[in-house]
Parts: sequence; structure tokens; C-alpha cells
Amino acid sequence: MHARESNPGESRRLALNIRRKIIEMSASPTGVHIGGSISISDLLAVLYAEVLRRPSDREALHRDHLILSKGQASAALYAALASTGAIPEAECATYAQAGSRLGGHPMKRLPGVDFSTGALGHGLPIGLGVALAGRRFGHDKRSFVILGDGELQEGANWEAAMAASHHGADNLTAIVDRNEWQISGRTEDCLSLEPLADKWSSFGWRTLTIDGHDHDQIRTALGKPSEAGRPTAVIARTVKAHLVPGLHDTKRSHSATLDRPARERALRALEEVRT
Amino acid sequence: MNPTLAEPRTASEVLDHVWENRSAVPARDAYTMTLLALARSNPSIACLSIDMDLQDHFSGELHRQFVDLGIAEQNTIGVAAGMTVSADQVFANGMSPFTIARAFEQIKIDVAGADLPIKIVATHAGLASGHYGPTHHSLEDIGAVRMLPNMAVVAPIDAYQTAQATAALARTPGPAYLRLGKQGTPSPFERRPEFELGRAQWLRDPGRVVFIATAPRPNLVAAEAARELGERGITAGHLNMHTVKPLDREAVREAAAHAEVVVTIEDHRAVGGLGGAVCEATAETGGPPVKRIGVPDVHYDLVGDEGHLLDRAGINADNAVARALEVVS
Repeated sequence: MHARESNPGESRRLALNIRRKIIEMSASPTGVHIGGSISISDLLAVLYAEVLRRPSDREALHRDHLILSKGQASAALYAALASTGAIPEAECATYAQAGSRLGGHPMKRLPGVDFSTGALGHGLPIGLGVALAGRRFGHDKRSFVILGDGELQEGANWEAAMAASHHGADNLTAIVDRNEWQISGRTEDCLSLEPLADKWSSFGWRTLTIDGHDHDQIRTALGKPSEAGRPTAVIARTVKAHLVPGLHDTKRSHSATLDRPARERALRALEEVRT
Repeated sequence: MNPTLAEPRTASEVLDHVWENRSAVPARDAYTMTLLALARSNPSIACLSIDMDLQDHFSGELHRQFVDLGIAEQNTIGVAAGMTVSADQVFANGMSPFTIARAFEQIKIDVAGADLPIKIVATHAGLASGHYGPTHHSLEDIGAVRMLPNMAVVAPIDAYQTAQATAALARTPGPAYLRLGKQGTPSPFERRPEFELGRAQWLRDPGRVVFIATAPRPNLVAAEAARELGERGITAGHLNMHTVKPLDREAVREAAAHAEVVVTIEDHRAVGGLGGAVCEATAETGGPPVKRIGVPDVHYDLVGDEGHLLDRAGINADNAVARALEVVS
């Protein structure tokens, strides 16, 4: 299977669409993890527009897999799935409602979701298993795992990090959403992660640090095949609730409900960024 | 590595070999031989090892199907889940106390919740590594795993049944926990028995007392206690509940219909495991009193081998007889 072609216009359109849908879902009275959903919007946009090969085709053996280990950002994933035809667009309006398939964390029974996630620290081991399975059983697979930065405080990630380089899983890419916040505050105040790039490098990973909202940098980091014999860690510097008025880079953006005026303000701000 | 394990055999040749040596072959070796035979015949079976010294068995062409993930239970169970995107079956091998307890959340969500074809095979269950101390006891595993949806829980009685169960589990689409001990135990069988997951075995017909046991040592206790009661003129049956989940409710109903008392025996906490499962079943269907024999609700920091620790916990024939005699006379 060939790599997909770069299409900058499409990734930008998709990013805007994902953000819009997240804002719309944030009407939910249960609250939406808006900050950490918005912060991965550009990453998801480039992945779905240009990188992932048949990500929602469960029947295919030769395909790529995306595991959203930080499952609390489910709204962003649903937005991407709805924007790419894996689920109906109108379904986003059911987010977190009784009987919906769209829970606060993604469940495997939803098309486009290979593994239920949300318990932090599960995604990287699973993603490693996918990568190893591709190699061992002759299936052309790349495995991408989106991790929260706070999530890296879970030890299972480092078990997987050690194993991935030991087994030369060069078809595995871990993308760290480095927005620097967790529930209690700044990651560096709660349990510091830095020097984060050095940690991944010392575990044997090819490590890249990029601006997680710059599509050119994202496509360069994710689009080309990894270095032979080593997994890739992409530390994507992002901003929680990026450009959402009143929530941009704040602790309180972790989970919030936006009333109609707030949603309208947010949507207007997104339009301004586009133009 | 025991070189006889690596001799190329088919699964049915392994069964023949294990049957002929059923009281000499440890259950874990019967398992390994069967797994190797299955892996040779199905190149889509994967085997993961949590530092279980299995790598030498998976040499040559089998090497592709094998991954050692080191001493890392959580990662291994997650990797098992991930590998099911390509593998038909994933056998994840570890030691019971660590694999079940430490990776419980991964087992709950990524294995049981996802209903994937993953077989968690763990040795050192119960008090099998008794002298290592309570860090190495696995006395909560049956209870923990049987609460999880989709999971089967199987504790074979001997090496032959282990080989049978391994082959049977490789044909099931869902997840399971195969619970193994460490040492060899004598086989109770004189003729080659049938095996079906979820169908308990009557090793002695039901009587006024029925002993229900799971795993090798508790079944030895049950056999001895039933024999002893028989010598006293009290009919006693013995049911081997090799599959604790799904529980063979029909067999429990049959036991309850005959017996004035049911005594459960397990190398597990007296709560939550086989005894708990039998009580749940009889509470709903009605039946005689159930006496549970297992490890009491105390931190079990005694030193001794498996036999000594089982004995100290009252998992012995004298206690089984005494518990039965509380009801029958």
C-alpha cells in the first residue's frame, strides 16, 4: 500500500470541521473535555486527511490503526469520524446522551474505533501489539497512538516504550499531546515530565518535537515512514482549547459545557482564524 | 528447557504422550507441548511471555509467533489485545499472582470487555509457590476474573486435562484464564476422559454428601474425603468443576438434588471463587447447605510448601470430612 498524498487544503478544512463539531458537542450538559479535544484537532486532521490508510475499515488486514489513548478527547475523534464518513454527521448531536453510541470515552462498538480507551496508560501497549502483529503476521500496518501528556505518568506507557524499541517496532508512532495541563494543574507542577524528549530518546525512540497546530510540521513528522528499527515519538506542542475564547490554555478548559452565546463566540473565533 | 517439550508433535500426539505420562508430566509442560503443537499447525497463533523462559521452545519458524515482553504484565496484556488485529488467538503467559492482580484493569477492559480471543495462561496459582511467601500466592484470581464478562475460568485437574483444555480453548473465540499450578500431581483417571469446557466431571457419583472441587490439589482432597466418608457408610460424591466460569449449573443442580450437604474445596480464598459461585447458584435454585473450604480471610504470611500451607488453611481431607459431618451423621 502506498502512502497517501499531501493535501494541505483538505487537512485545514478537516481541522476546522473537527473544531466546529467539538464546539457544537460542548452544548452537552455533562460537559465535554473541550480543552484536550481541541488541542488534538490539527493532529487528527492531518492523520485522517493525509496519513491513515483505511483507518475505519475493520475488515482490511493491510491498513493503519489510530488508538486514541487519551480517550477523554473522544469528541475530537467523533468529529473526525463524522467528517470522514465513518459515522453519520448528525450523530454528533447525540454526544453523551442516553442510548447514544458516543460516550465520554470511545467504545469499540463504534465504527472507526478499534479499541475502547479512556483508562489511561492502555493505548501504547495496544498500539505496540498492533505494530508487532503487522510485522509478525505480514500485514502492512502503521500504528499511531495519541497520548495525553499527563497520561505519561502511568507506568504502563514506559513498559511499552521499553518493549517497542527492544522489538524494533518502527511501524509504531506515539504522538504526545503536550498541552502541559492535567486535571490538577500544570503537568510540571503535578508530576513533572520534562525533559520529556530526552526520556523518549533514552528509551530508544526516534524523537521529534513539533508545533502540534502546524500542519506542515505534523505531516513531516507523521507522513513519511519511520526510521528503520526504531519507533517514533512525536512530542506535539499544543495548546489546550487552542483559540477558544476564554478557555485557550486554561485549566478550566479540561471539561466544560458551553452555553449558546459561548458556542457562537467560539465558532466566530474559529472562522476568523480561518480567514 | 526440558528438551522433550520441543519434540515436534501434533496436538493429538501430545495428548497421547501426556496420557501415557499423566502423573509424571507437570501440567505446565503439558500446556507448553500442546501450545507448541497448536502454534505449528496454525501460524496465526501468537504466544506472549512475561519472562516465562519459553523463548527456546519457539525456535526456527515458530520464532515469528513468539514475543517475550519482559517482566511487564500490564504492557503484555495490552500487547495481546493489539495483536488480535492479525492473530487468530493470543496466548499470554505469566505467573498468576502478578498477571491477574497487576494487569487486572487491562484484563477487564482490553481483554474481557473487548471480548477478544486472548487466553491468559498463568502458572503458580493458588499456593503452588507457597514457600516464596504471600507475594507469590494467588488466592484472589478466580474470584477476580470470574466477575468479568466474557471470561472463561478453567483450572484443570491434571496434566492430561490441561492438554485437553488448552486445545479446547484454542478453538473458542472469546477470552479465558487458564489457571495452572507448578508441580505435577497424580492423575485421577484410569480411562481417557472426555473434556468439554463448562461441563463438570463426576469422579464419584453423587450421594448424601457432594464434594465440588477445582484444580489438582483440592480435587485430591475431595477424592480422599469422599473415600473416607464411604468407608464410614456415608455415600459421598465428587464433582470436578474444572471450569469455574461458565459454571456448570446443571451439575450443581444435580449435586443439590441428591446431597444433604455440598462441600466446595479450592486453593483460593473461601470467598469469591468456586465456593462463592456454587453458593450463588444454589441460592437461586434452592438446595442443601453449602460448606466452603478455602483460604480464610486473613493475610496468609506463613512459610511452607504448598502441602503445608493447604493443610494449615484447612484444605485437607480431615476438614472436608468434618465439614460434611456437621450436617450428615
